[in-house]
Amino acid sequence: MSSKTIEDYLKALYVLSRNGKPVATTELSEHFKIAPASVTEMLKKLAKKGYVKYSPYRGAYLTTKGFQVAEKTTRKHRLLERFLHDVLGIGKNRVHMQACEMEHSLSDEAEESLCRFLKHPDTCPDDGKVIPACSLPFSSCEECIQVHKKGLEEVGKRRQKLISVSNLKAGDRGNVSFIRGEHKVLQRLLDMGLTPGTGISVVRVAPLKGPIEIGVRGAKIALGQDIASNVFVDLLQKEK
Amino acid sequence: MISMVHHFPSPQAGKTDQNSSKNLTFALAGNANVGKSVVFNHLTGSSQIIGNWPGKTVERAQGILNFEGRKIVVVDLPGIYSFSTFSMEEIVSREYIALEHPSVVINVLDASVLERNLFFTIQLIEMEVPLVVCLNQVDAAKKKGISIDQKRLEKALGVPVVSTVAIRGEGIYELTKTAVRVAENMSQSEKTRLKYGVEVEERIEKLAEAIKSENLASGYPPRWVAIKLLENDPETMKSVGSKSERIVRESEVLAGEISHIHKEPCFAVIASERYALANKISADAQKQGTVKITLSEKLDWVSTHKVFGYVTSTGVIAGLLLWTFTVGGFFSSLLSNALSLLQPVNPTFNGSLVGILWNGVFGGLVAGITLVVPYVIPFYAMLAMIEDSGILTRVAFMMDTAMHKIGLHGKALIPLILGYGCNVPAIRACRIMETKRERLLAAFAITFAPCAARTILILGLVAAFVGSAWALALYAIDIAIIFVLGRIALKVVPGQSTGLIMEMHSFKIPSLSVVKKQTWVRTKSLIYIVFPTYIAGSALVQILYAVGVLRPLSDALSPLTVAWLGLPAIAGILLILGVVRKEFILLASVAVFGSTNLALFLTPVQLITLALIGMLYLPCLSTIAVLAKEFGWKTAATISIANFATAMIAGGVVSRLLSFVL
Repeated sequence: MSSKTIEDYLKALYVLSRNGKPVATTELSEHFKIAPASVTEMLKKLAKKGYVKYSPYRGAYLTTKGFQVAEKTTRKHRLLERFLHDVLGIGKNRVHMQACEMEHSLSDEAEESLCRFLKHPDTCPDDGKVIPACSLPFSSCEECIQVHKKGLEEVGKRRQKLISVSNLKAGDRGNVSFIRGEHKVLQRLLDMGLTPGTGISVVRVAPLKGPIEIGVRGAKIALGQDIASNVFVDLLQKEK
Repeated sequence: MISMVHHFPSPQAGKTDQNSSKNLTFALAGNANVGKSVVFNHLTGSSQIIGNWPGKTVERAQGILNFEGRKIVVVDLPGIYSFSTFSMEEIVSREYIALEHPSVVINVLDASVLERNLFFTIQLIEMEVPLVVCLNQVDAAKKKGISIDQKRLEKALGVPVVSTVAIRGEGIYELTKTAVRVAENMSQSEKTRLKYGVEVEERIEKLAEAIKSENLASGYPPRWVAIKLLENDPETMKSVGSKSERIVRESEVLAGEISHIHKEPCFAVIASERYALANKISADAQKQGTVKITLSEKLDWVSTHKVFGYVTSTGVIAGLLLWTFTVGGFFSSLLSNALSLLQPVNPTFNGSLVGILWNGVFGGLVAGITLVVPYVIPFYAMLAMIEDSGILTRVAFMMDTAMHKIGLHGKALIPLILGYGCNVPAIRACRIMETKRERLLAAFAITFAPCAARTILILGLVAAFVGSAWALALYAIDIAIIFVLGRIALKVVPGQSTGLIMEMHSFKIPSLSVVKKQTWVRTKSLIYIVFPTYIAGSALVQILYAVGVLRPLSDALSPLTVAWLGLPAIAGILLILGVVRKEFILLASVAVFGSTNLALFLTPVQLITLALIGMLYLPCLSTIAVLAKEFGWKTAATISIANFATAMIAGGVVSRLLSFVL
């Protein structure tokens, strides 16, 4: 089993899974256009390697290890789409296939440089999906630029699993860990109380990809999708 | 600037003392929508527009308060969250407070969001200005189960704190007394210095010392300048940098050190530490009890529900117009029946000059009373209720996605809805938008919004003589035009759009007194200023018409009016007059035709076309003036030309299409 196949499966599970629910074998077989039996076999192999949890009737979902690989691959994929579209001027409908090929050979270093080069893009060009946060331990992009300028090589990795506020649903809670994007928006969010480590809760999400209302420091603030997709939190487990 | 004089009814009213020669200035500052303007109105007796949405006060307003023999100037500043230089309001407020040296700054806080509000209070303390904290809306906080220990807060901040419920005037007298005491240096409270973490504090002090010794603060306190430099504030960097590059370089080194210790950019470290302070102070001073689900939360649920939310939003956007329509129509017919008993208007242009004049004056009066007042009062009353309730932010929340289609975000809907009333304040309210591009796009859309004057036109020409359905169709066309032109403008105006960041304040039951007052303030200007012009204008038009001056003018315009739009030649005159105020098109028709029954002189197609053209063709003079003030003459001219072109295209097409139907 090549690393390319592993990454493709994990990425598919990442994209197809909604709110961490298991993805059915049939759904995956439709996605890859291959027989369900082959999918089942693949999932069993991935489970053995510790990337997924699999049960025959419910389907498969990503483990933390699998999630990390999937998120990284997805991030590379969407960054590459941006590069192909914005810099090379390749049409929106053609970037996906090419990025699919390139994502597996892009090194982490190149991924980080690409992100800085593209000025920290937040969504991919073809379907507007959110580009996941990087795995560097920074709370803003400005910090990444500064550290990079100084030429520090060892910066370590982020420990938490980050999720964009635009992917949260009503009732979710988390701590602000990373805000992507330009200085002005970051400054405004800090002024409104979204400083690193602050606990937020999602009050409601407007329908039709509308804004997300969050509670922060006793106030309620509506964030448009584009802003919300740049605010990443460390999701807190719900109390049962 | 608005100026008003008010005598504060105090127990010692009338008593003069020796302080009367000294002039004091109070500046009201604080977050958006905490009640600064309500406090201002109470202090000065003026009528600043208030409402439950952030960003009403765009320019500072000024009033006079006479208090125990002192004449006090009160300044209402726009609401801001911080002294960074994110928006125009923030720069305006910070320059005013630092450089104009008000005798005292009254920092108004929303007691139910204490922690977030304290973030700004801490910055005011850093500015080292004489300060009083006005803890407002303590009643609303109580409803949320929050009670605040005023004394503890006072001790922690080192400034006097006064609790108020400004909307009912509670605590305002106490607030004024305290503010005067602070202004006259008689405050007893002990000054405390709010300190950052030691590694940040050390560097602030070091930098402040250097700034002080080189005399670089230019009016601001050195410590504050030091903090701003460390925060990488562009304005401060520029002004200090022009005098001493060395200090800027030193601040960059120090900021780098802080950023290295905390593993975050320095400005984020400072914001975090300031919030940590705010959190500690508020946690220490407030108690949170348990509460049941409040009515406000239930309303919140309905107004943002995936079905009911859109119903509510549509209700607000369309209902305001429908309400004006039905209620206004009812009163209008009542009034015109009553007036027709007095004297039927005589459609003649002959007879003596006095006869013509009287005809004009009476026509103007009748038109004003029957067509303007009955529609405008219910409209303004409803608008005040909508503004005061807090529903506007919910509509903005629900419609954000739709507004993105025209390059704006949900907040732009607030000025757009205000534009139903009058475009002028609506265009000023565009300052709640973050970038110049968004302000421009929103203002452009507003120039097509069906303002009260256009509504009068539609009602008076179309609803009265053709039918309500046609009048509503005109509104539908108008909204479609806003959308289409918004899309085009989006392509033409360069730049990127920012996203929505908007505080959602709690719903509240609109206060009857606020609604009454607001309606009166808006109607008053109409009656005092506009009414006399109607009457005089109407008389003048009749005379000019009788003398025959108007003919050549309207003939010159006839290729457009007659050939392209299918209107009578006289329409050219109506449209020229309508640039001053759109109602003039209607009032001048009455004067020119000499009758309020316009159906005798114009066909249904002509009535609809005239209303449509009148609605779109040019922004009125006051709107053009405010556009020029906000964006410059070139932009104002471009927008006007765009409006004119749109009107001519839409008018020509509609009149041709309608001639098949009607």
